[in-house]
Amino acid sequence: MTASLPTMPRRTPLYERHRAAGAKLVDFAGWEMPIEYPTGLRAEHNAVRQACGIFDVSHMGQIESVGPSALGLLQRLTSNDVSAIAVGGAQYGLLCEADGGVLDDLFTYRLAEERYLTVTNASRYEHDLGRFEAQAGDGVELLDRRDELAMLAVQGPGARAIVGRLASGELPQRMQVTEQQVAGCKMLVCGTGYTGEDGVELICAAADAPGVWDELVGGGAMPAGLGARDTLRLEACFHLYGHDLSPERNPIEAGLGWCCREQTGFIGSEAVARARARGVSEKLVAFAIEGGGIAREGNPVVDGGIVSSGTLSPTLGIGVGLAYVPSERSGIGERLQIDVRGRVREALVKAKPLVAKKPSLSAVSGAALDVVDVPISSAIARVCA
Amino acid sequence: MAEAAYPDDLLYHAEHDWARLDSRQQELATFGVTWFAQDSLGEIVFFEPPQVGSTVTQGEQYAEVESVKAVSEVVAPLSGEIVEVNEALAEESGAINHDPYGAGWLVKVRLSDPAEQEQLMDAATYAATLGSGGVGV
Repeated sequence: MTASLPTMPRRTPLYERHRAAGAKLVDFAGWEMPIEYPTGLRAEHNAVRQACGIFDVSHMGQIESVGPSALGLLQRLTSNDVSAIAVGGAQYGLLCEADGGVLDDLFTYRLAEERYLTVTNASRYEHDLGRFEAQAGDGVELLDRRDELAMLAVQGPGARAIVGRLASGELPQRMQVTEQQVAGCKMLVCGTGYTGEDGVELICAAADAPGVWDELVGGGAMPAGLGARDTLRLEACFHLYGHDLSPERNPIEAGLGWCCREQTGFIGSEAVARARARGVSEKLVAFAIEGGGIAREGNPVVDGGIVSSGTLSPTLGIGVGLAYVPSERSGIGERLQIDVRGRVREALVKAKPLVAKKPSLSAVSGAALDVVDVPISSAIARVCA
Repeated sequence: MAEAAYPDDLLYHAEHDWARLDSRQQELATFGVTWFAQDSLGEIVFFEPPQVGSTVTQGEQYAEVESVKAVSEVVAPLSGEIVEVNEALAEESGAINHDPYGAGWLVKVRLSDPAEQEQLMDAATYAATLGSGGVGV
């Protein structure tokens, strides 16, 4: 290990595009990433809610599992039932510790009969890859694809129309993946995203990414940074690892029991089954502040609980967030007091999502809304930053 | 205001705050945050003015400004008693971004020790501290 030495931040293949656009670049999980462009977080957020935004999410990790034992490996590692994914399908799941604590949230695409691609959080990639390698036996080959692949998220009610004009075929429906050409480059087109809006994610060769980016931006997608990505996912009540998910919380507390299939015997399944049967003392809820103020991560809930994510909702114009609160006070409409740096703010527990998804503007995606096989608020769940 | 600007008629504190001394009453000053501070924070969406009559101490926090993504402490460049707050910011906190030295002013203070201003920087000195890499806010 060379942890004591300063390390250069990693850069995605789109780094020069971000610089040229005047983006504000920050260190994010060891990557130099755009937090916002000169357009500003709020304009980027609104573009995704109302039209189309494009995010560089190439910092996320990709692990490919290939071979007759790939399914068995993924069943053991991830919380969901990977055998339920058809070829060309996608699924959200968790990586858990034996005690049920959450180690990462993942998205797995089944690319072929015995070939799967798993997308991890940037901050968890090395950890996850090590865990995959430790569990992989004969009959499965692991391919570290992070550095050769780039990933773009094109999101918003106008996203499918913009991508569709550049695509060689029909775009995949929600939770599906296809291989086709976009802007003349072969890539995976995924009907996924993490903004609470319709859209697609594109996984392409790193060298192709700048040209594809230019075509999509030219077609009307507004570059959006990680700042807007965070406010969008929070309005949609999607979890962010390291904030709403951690080794100290199990999936039942986090409200992610829907993506745990204990009968598959995944690592942590016994602990999750126990938590599901016995119940949990705290649960993750969505809240909105009544009156002024913005609660932030780490702010205590008076009489028990803690805010795990908090921001101003650009769509609603009020402070919103996610908080772990005692289960008996987790019902919708429950009144909470949140201690915001010494000042008590009144909040209400709200239904998830805080902001509902809009129908796509594109006729192409009209059929995409009925293919969801998991709860709607989580169906569009996607591995975030 | 898209381009960095540090007017010559202001005094600057290292924590990215400015003070404008009243030209007629030297014990009165207006405080705000600098272009660098608002640019680092991004669009400011929340400012709750402190109470009129409360006291502020040079170098210590007296308020907060919040962008969508972060909270930043606002530090008093000089000590004194708050005599007026910019109520308009409750509705229009974006003025701190658009006009940090004008409509985005935060408070007016009756100074308890005007001599403290000798510890503040002029515009050129402050701008030099920002350097190419800048400093954290």
